[in-house]
Amino acid sequence: MSDALSPDPWQQLRRHTRARIALGRVGSSLPTKEVLDFGLAHAMARDAVHLPLDVAKLAAQIEAQGLPTVQVHSRAADRHSYLLRPDQGRRLSADSADSLQTLPASMAAPVDLLVVVGDGLSSMAVERHVPPLLEQLVQRLPEHWTLGPVVIASQARVAIADEIAVTLKARMVVMLIGERPGLSSPDSLGIYLTYAPTLACSDADRNCISNVRPEGLDYAAAAHKLLWLAREAVRLKVSGVALKDESDMKEVTGSLQIK
Amino acid sequence: MQYQATAGVHTYQFKDLKEVLAKATPARSGDYLAGVAAETYAERMAARLCLADIPLKHILDTPIIPYESDEVTRLIVDSHDAQAFAAISHLTVGDFRDWLLLDSTDTATLTRVAPGVTPEMAAAVSKLMRNQDLILVAKKCQITTAFRNTIGLAGRLSVRLQPNHPTDDARGIAASMLDGLLYGSGDAVIGINPATDSIPALMDLYHLVDDVISQYAIPTQSCVLTHVTNQIQVMEKGAPVDLVFQSIAGSEKANQSFGINLGILKEAYEAALSLKRGTVGHNVMYFETGQGSALSANANFGVDQQTIETRAYAVARHFKPLLSNTVVGFIGPEYLYDGKQIIRAGLEDHFCGKLLGLPLGCDVCYTNHAEADQDDMDTLMTLLATAGITFIMGIPGADDIMLNYQTTSFHDALYLRKVLGLKPAPEFEQWLMQMNIMDAQGRVQPVTGQHAMLQNMPRHLLVAA
Repeated sequence: MSDALSPDPWQQLRRHTRARIALGRVGSSLPTKEVLDFGLAHAMARDAVHLPLDVAKLAAQIEAQGLPTVQVHSRAADRHSYLLRPDQGRRLSADSADSLQTLPASMAAPVDLLVVVGDGLSSMAVERHVPPLLEQLVQRLPEHWTLGPVVIASQARVAIADEIAVTLKARMVVMLIGERPGLSSPDSLGIYLTYAPTLACSDADRNCISNVRPEGLDYAAAAHKLLWLAREAVRLKVSGVALKDESDMKEVTGSLQIK
Repeated sequence: MQYQATAGVHTYQFKDLKEVLAKATPARSGDYLAGVAAETYAERMAARLCLADIPLKHILDTPIIPYESDEVTRLIVDSHDAQAFAAISHLTVGDFRDWLLLDSTDTATLTRVAPGVTPEMAAAVSKLMRNQDLILVAKKCQITTAFRNTIGLAGRLSVRLQPNHPTDDARGIAASMLDGLLYGSGDAVIGINPATDSIPALMDLYHLVDDVISQYAIPTQSCVLTHVTNQIQVMEKGAPVDLVFQSIAGSEKANQSFGINLGILKEAYEAALSLKRGTVGHNVMYFETGQGSALSANANFGVDQQTIETRAYAVARHFKPLLSNTVVGFIGPEYLYDGKQIIRAGLEDHFCGKLLGLPLGCDVCYTNHAEADQDDMDTLMTLLATAGITFIMGIPGADDIMLNYQTTSFHDALYLRKVLGLKPAPEFEQWLMQMNIMDAQGRVQPVTGQHAMLQNMPRHLLVAA
């Protein structure tokens, strides 16, 4: 530590929060160490956004768990278009739409719960958390429920799962997608459940579970919460705002605000 | 009226006023996404040439969203002050820019004219202004408001202390509050974005902030940024509510997507006023806005995102807020792509808000999928502070761990105050000096473990883990 630094004598409060408190100061500015820490965290988050998902590796891991996979691509040709045109990320490319129509009969039978994996804004989240989460999900799946192939979608936004589910005649669809990375959470996975998905669905028709990662909501808890919601969706024949999450977890939801 | 102009060898036709406004706008991703942006550089300049010759009177008489179908348009038209407008009613948009820059157009003149300026006039003239014009004119506007302290005086820069925590943990929030206060932040408001929507949990948050404000007798106000209908409920249950918050937008349909209308805002405004919790003033509202919110709600009606953002300021000024801020880079790169677009939008929003008479602050911010970084934020905050921004955000280390975006820090506010010789709100400044946090020259003081606030911590921090 350099002599110039004035440390803050309330560092013990850091045990209460991951917020960047008690950073100390040089003059009234940030010490070098803190500037570099922040820069590193930002670099991790930027890379999480721009690193392409290693689809082949992920497919191999999922297939090793005994689940067949199918790969599709959205209408967004690359990351640049993906970031600027959310509408393109919500629809299948023409090639992918065709290939889903012509799947072998074994993969095209109507299913109860279809799992779609989307790179979203963090491929890191998908690579780290999707295989262990799927394992937890399959273990807890009600016996009579059919799952279908796991569809891996590149340059995907949440709503692309609706088009995939319509094509594959799924009663419910679950989207596992990399969330907008935060500075302290570059690898946070989001889960969206939609009952009776159609192309006309909006965010109000989905239930969301966010911050899935070992430091946030762990895999077992996330799988438990998802299947609780899925069973309720089947019982009530609805998902989204009309399906209130009353599983044992503390509910953490965003409200209708800009920020 | 014919909307056309010649740029080079080409004459461009525009079908209506909103098309001229949209195509005159500096390039930004949200207008391309909406399909309203100019297609070429020359078309953009032609739209500006056309706009410069349009009389302000014509803008007043030509609603860009129909009066019959939109209550924000009705508010703008029905509350227009013709007497205040008289001083500028003969001007075109181009003349208006020149008039705003005159030395004789001083603070008092701008204050008198503000009720005669509509959002569309402000947006229109901003599209002809360079960044330095936006700074110079905004700097001449002075909008002062008050609750437990006085916000917006010349030579002052206030800070919203934003002690968010991803699970609303009381100790985590209290720790961030203490950190911010010891760095001289929190005079605009201590405002929490809660993770929860549950009424009992929200009640706890109100008491948490109110306890800290009371314990240290801090001349500031609190806010919990939940939906306005929740705030009405907690007021009915007797929660200590200082400011009522709501996100607002520039069309009736966009406001509907936020679950609000003018009637709900009026109900909340009157409820907060009736609590009479202000000591030096009674501005009880706090609003947030941001370019892109109308389009993201599919409620932009072909209007460019900057013009419709400015219409939200008409909603805000109707309720005489203590604070209103644009959250400039929050929604993402599909609306403002990079540092350049975020910086321009921040300066436009600040100028338009101030011209309309709003105590405008800015959440100088970006997300990790935007082409921006902390250097861009340094640039924007420095420009805005030069332009006399009313307040910015203060978050520990600029990293909001609940909303997952980067904004400005307590250290950033100290930098701006130091470089530009700015001070906090006067009542809060006195308190900082009494607490030995800041000296009379505005320098933060060394804090030891013996400091009164560390010896006598908020009770919420002392609860066993």
